[in-house]
Amino acid sequence: MSIWEYANPVKFIRTADVLLPWVTAAAAICLAVGLIWGFFFTPEDFRQGSTVKIIYLHVPAAMMAINAWMMMLIASLIWIVRRHHVSALAARAAAPIGAVMTLIGLVTGAIWGQPMWGTWWAWDPRLTVFLILFLFYLGYMALWEAIEDDDTAADLTSILCLVGSVFAVLSRYAVQFWNQGLHQGSSVLRAGAVTGADTTEKVSNVYFIPLAVSGVGFVLLFVALVLLRTQTEIRARRARALLARERMA
Amino acid sequence: MIALLTRDLRLAVRAGGGFGLGLAFFLIVTVLVPFAVGPQTDLLTQIAPGVLWIGALLACLLSLDRIFALDWEDGSLDLLATAPLPMEGIVTVKALAHWITTGLPLVLAAPLLGVLLNLAGPGYLWLFVSLALGTPALSVIGTFGAALTVGLKRGGLLMSLLVLPLYVPTLIFGAEVARRGAEGLAVQTPLLMLAGISFGVAALLPFASAAVLRINLR
Repeated sequence: MSIWEYANPVKFIRTADVLLPWVTAAAAICLAVGLIWGFFFTPEDFRQGSTVKIIYLHVPAAMMAINAWMMMLIASLIWIVRRHHVSALAARAAAPIGAVMTLIGLVTGAIWGQPMWGTWWAWDPRLTVFLILFLFYLGYMALWEAIEDDDTAADLTSILCLVGSVFAVLSRYAVQFWNQGLHQGSSVLRAGAVTGADTTEKVSNVYFIPLAVSGVGFVLLFVALVLLRTQTEIRARRARALLARERMA
Repeated sequence: MIALLTRDLRLAVRAGGGFGLGLAFFLIVTVLVPFAVGPQTDLLTQIAPGVLWIGALLACLLSLDRIFALDWEDGSLDLLATAPLPMEGIVTVKALAHWITTGLPLVLAAPLLGVLLNLAGPGYLWLFVSLALGTPALSVIGTFGAALTVGLKRGGLLMSLLVLPLYVPTLIFGAEVARRGAEGLAVQTPLLMLAGISFGVAALLPFASAAVLRINLR
């Protein structure tokens, strides 16, 4: 059991077929439990009212937006070092998902920001870095589409991914880096207060537990979508190869 | 490497159009802004540093696809790649040539154009300093974008999409230096950030550009 075995696309597709129903079901259960619990069975915050509940979408989406890029970075490195084709395709498959997660993060943040901050958007460093990450996703996908030769495209996008990871890391820690701007600091996970007692620094456990469930749901959803999309990429490439062979004959 | 630099410079000067194009574009942007926002001088004073930075950035962007495209078309890029020079060196020289032909004129022209936008007194010095520090970063980042899209038929738009997010930090801190300088505030923090970006980019990105170029020449 090593990832190098899955450089064989057939083996990857077979394993993914086995895993997919389980991961999908687990993702659906976690998301349903986390979101329904979060939306309907948590008390309203005494100052923020019901708008606090957007946290169950916003925080996991923002987390996955960054983690998706990290996954793409690792996949790209594997491709550069070992020419692991499935890895390159997995990175390609993850990009649109990450872009959508970034978009969800931006949109839910705007919807929350309008009543809370009185503005849809502020040129706050944390928000700006996130917007740049979104642009990077767009550029990454556009570059994949623009280059005809698959291996060249994989190489070039891998290097773009390496360069762009600066911004992914920056947006991961942006919440802690800057004190200026509107976006509040990290309150979900803090050193020494991961699941501990409610403190003034950390989000209350009443909100934290459904949030954690929802976060796990987002991770599983991402895994399921990446598996599915990677399968699709492999099959699309195989179909293209077959068509090319037919034309040759 | 010096031969390559002088060759690129000579080409840029003699080919015509390329050398002055960025400057002309910069001039157009700065002249058009007062028409668009109205001629109130205090408003112009307020936005002048930002407008000048935007103009310089767009003028820089305009000439990026020239960095490798011509050499790619006539095959001299392949010759350069087989020459006994490290690819990183070639990329750096190309970026330097691009800076000398577009960045440097912009830096020198910006204070003059500042007059048109009624830039505040101390702003001239800081605008000059921030552009002098920032435009090399724009050239180096642009070289990376140009190297990524060199083989593509219509790479220009894609290159803008790839390069613009990378330009954002330089723009933020560069314009911040100019703005704070113009308003007489302390410029140290954004100046240090800008210098950090420029030197960091100049130190690291040529490796990425060279790797990308090698892949494109394969």
